[in-house]
Amino acid sequence: MTDRNSRSAGALAPTRRVFLASVGAFVAWAHMPRAAFAGTRDPRFVVVILRGAMDGLAAVPPIGDPDYAKLRGDIAIGSPGMAGTVPLDGFFALNDAMPKLKQLYGSGEALIVHAVATAYRDRSHFDGQDVLESGLTQPGASRDGWLNRAVTALPRGEAVRPASGLAVSPTVPLVLRGGAPVFTWMPDGLMPVGMDTSDRLAGLYDHADPELARAFAAGRTIDRMAAGGTAVKGGDITASFRRIAIGAGRLLAEPDGPRIAAISFDGWDTHASEGPENGQLGRRLGALDGALDALKTELGPAWADTVVAVMTEFGRTAHVNGTDGTDHGTATTAFLVGGAVKGGRVLADWPGLAPDKLYQQRDLAPTTDLRAVLKGVLRDHLGIAEPVLATDIFPGSIGIRPIAGLIA
Amino acid sequence: MTLEQATFALKRFGLGPRPGDAVRIAGDPRGALLAELATPPPDNLGPEASPDSTAIFLAIRADQEARRIRRAADNATQPMQSGSMAQAMGAGSPVAKASGAGAANGAGMASVATAAPMPGKPKDPKPAPSVSSQIYADEITRRIAAAHDAGTGVTERLVQFWANHFAVQSDKDEMVRGLAGSFEREAIRPFVLGRFEDMLLAATRHPAMLLSLDNASSVGPDSPVGKKRGLGLNENHARELMELHTVGVSGGYSQADVTSLAEVLTGWTFVRDRARPSAGDFAFNPGLHEPGDKRVMGRTYREDVVYAVGNEGQGLAVLHDLATNPATARHLAFKLARHFVADDPPKPLVDRLTATFTSTRGDLKAVGETLLKSDEAWAPTRKFATPQQFTIAAMRALDANIDAPMLMRALGVLGQPIWAPISPEGFHDDKATWLAPDAMTSRLDVADQFAQKARVNLPPAELVEAVLGPAASADTRQAVARAESERQALALVVMSPEFLWR
Repeated sequence: MTDRNSRSAGALAPTRRVFLASVGAFVAWAHMPRAAFAGTRDPRFVVVILRGAMDGLAAVPPIGDPDYAKLRGDIAIGSPGMAGTVPLDGFFALNDAMPKLKQLYGSGEALIVHAVATAYRDRSHFDGQDVLESGLTQPGASRDGWLNRAVTALPRGEAVRPASGLAVSPTVPLVLRGGAPVFTWMPDGLMPVGMDTSDRLAGLYDHADPELARAFAAGRTIDRMAAGGTAVKGGDITASFRRIAIGAGRLLAEPDGPRIAAISFDGWDTHASEGPENGQLGRRLGALDGALDALKTELGPAWADTVVAVMTEFGRTAHVNGTDGTDHGTATTAFLVGGAVKGGRVLADWPGLAPDKLYQQRDLAPTTDLRAVLKGVLRDHLGIAEPVLATDIFPGSIGIRPIAGLIA
Repeated sequence: MTLEQATFALKRFGLGPRPGDAVRIAGDPRGALLAELATPPPDNLGPEASPDSTAIFLAIRADQEARRIRRAADNATQPMQSGSMAQAMGAGSPVAKASGAGAANGAGMASVATAAPMPGKPKDPKPAPSVSSQIYADEITRRIAAAHDAGTGVTERLVQFWANHFAVQSDKDEMVRGLAGSFEREAIRPFVLGRFEDMLLAATRHPAMLLSLDNASSVGPDSPVGKKRGLGLNENHARELMELHTVGVSGGYSQADVTSLAEVLTGWTFVRDRARPSAGDFAFNPGLHEPGDKRVMGRTYREDVVYAVGNEGQGLAVLHDLATNPATARHLAFKLARHFVADDPPKPLVDRLTATFTSTRGDLKAVGETLLKSDEAWAPTRKFATPQQFTIAAMRALDANIDAPMLMRALGVLGQPIWAPISPEGFHDDKATWLAPDAMTSRLDVADQFAQKARVNLPPAELVEAVLGPAASADTRQAVARAESERQALALVVMSPEFLWR
């Protein structure tokens, strides 16, 4: 690989010089004896939060489950006679919008966890994300996040300065808020709003204010035409996800850069016209796939010691709804990706999709606690002791044992 | 019901509710606004806190001079390495010294000049921004703070209204841009609850206005300087003084009146010589003044009358008459009513504001009180928030951490950059101007960006209550409740019809 410090400072290339010049208390990992943890390792950990509740049953369809096809009807990709997936292990398939993830799965660098959920059992996005990020069992219970507490708990070695985290967002998300220093980075420029937000606002105006509705609809048409009739303003999520991933990857690859980062990708709330194959969900999964691939490319040799944990606040209904979409549900999928992951498998205590097996007769039932997955990663990848995980990082989770064997 | 009225009051007459504001004034919304007019809250924009226009003038001139010398040095020694620039600007250079002195006079500017780069962003390879741009950005930083801090914001709204009424065009040149904030602080802000005539005089004499409308370069053809150098009148300022600042386009003046007023105003300029202690200050220069009696709108202003302050007195007399002309009262009353209440304001309200203005001889506090006490002003007419009003209200509602570059970018995209209207008329404030298709989608982009910078610590449903109030529609509540992320919810709150119509 090339020497990353010699990379020229393009629009997307945060450089080492930038750290030294502009970030006061920065990571001192370069000074940390490699022996501090697990010999010569220098691990990276990236949390990717998919906001809006990603439909795990469309990302990783259980095509071997006899109830899957009829629950999902017109959007049951991978069911007999329907394309849209590539097989994983005979029972599960992967949405074919994610070819790079399939490759990583094949090379043992991607692990899929299914029927997973946080401790949260209601269906509010805000509260669900609050629980996902705080690491507690109730929403609104904490002003800081589990990933920040994990930064604080990292084994110190002889580090002279505290480790810090990277938030790839304009402001620090809850998951990284807290006592450990965090800095933020985002690609330059005013990012156009996501189509989903635009659609929702159009819907609100249509109901509530004809005058605003007319102007806004006309504006959307203009934007669509200006974009050549194919895309719409903000529609190029593939490019924007990639830009974010490239920048984050470069920062993480720096020898004295951050080792812990959090990235958010929005727009997974697919209530109508979900489009798991080529529609809105398919495009988003494809964009996520491209972002993961960009992270791998930018991390270079560091990828070998990296874990990327992709998670969402909850899943979606097992049934397709009346508008070819799905509503807020419970269990879903999470992904662990990276050279340090012992992958090539789907980890699932499959509850089944029969009516009596669904959670509250509507959702995929949770059988794996996301905290068990994360505790396994934090323990075996970052060397955080189990008692600290049970009391400080995920308070009150003594009964949720870390899953062993996630790390190669 | 009073909570609803409080939310309405904050939107219509103030800068928009911050969480907690509506509850705070719900007991007596009208009384709270009137109390702020009676005792305006401190705004940290007084003369002690910011460099005055004189210091700014000197700093910009020094900066321009330094750049000119640097360019000359670069040209003289081509090809030159970039390091040589510092040598060209070395300590021995008198310009470098002058530049330092100018910056020191302008207290507070140095901090902007040395502002650290944004964390994690690549260093800007472009040369440092001009002193003028730094001052402009610094002025906006102060306005952002003032907007966050203002209580109801009714006084700030009046400042914004009058600064736009006496619009300087800060994109005219570097000097106007750098001076635009000081214009607002020195010529507008001190008078928004004072006498209109005082504001008119301060605005007319301010270097930013004299430059923006060219009076500083208007010369009486028969003045000593005019005769010697063959220079002449520039009518720009005289025309706008009548058409825009006082009697209005149908105020009863003719082209001859415009020319006469231009002659009256010759000699109204400011001291450009940096060596003089009064550099940057207003001055009446008799050498530029067109001699003779002048007739403006039916009245003769004699040259031989001994005015207390010399020939400048001729202009003071005209300005006094314009300020007290009945057409001025009507013109200003209409503009105020249109700004605060409706694009097509109710005539009884305009009449009442006109009457107050006339009977109090232009007491703007009294006019403001009449506005607040008039029931027509509280009628639920639909008034569409301009981009500036929208961004400020969104910043307050979300406690969004927006810095000057971000706000400038947003307002550039939305077409209403601060103190930079495309004409001396200032920005319009009607729906027809701002409720445009592309502007709406851009506004959503801005809302989304602001939502990402929100520091507000309330669940979205409670934020709806706090900033939209009980009048929030079921549709809006539902859209916000169903949002997939807090960011999306916040963007929807500030793009809701209840938020955009004030």
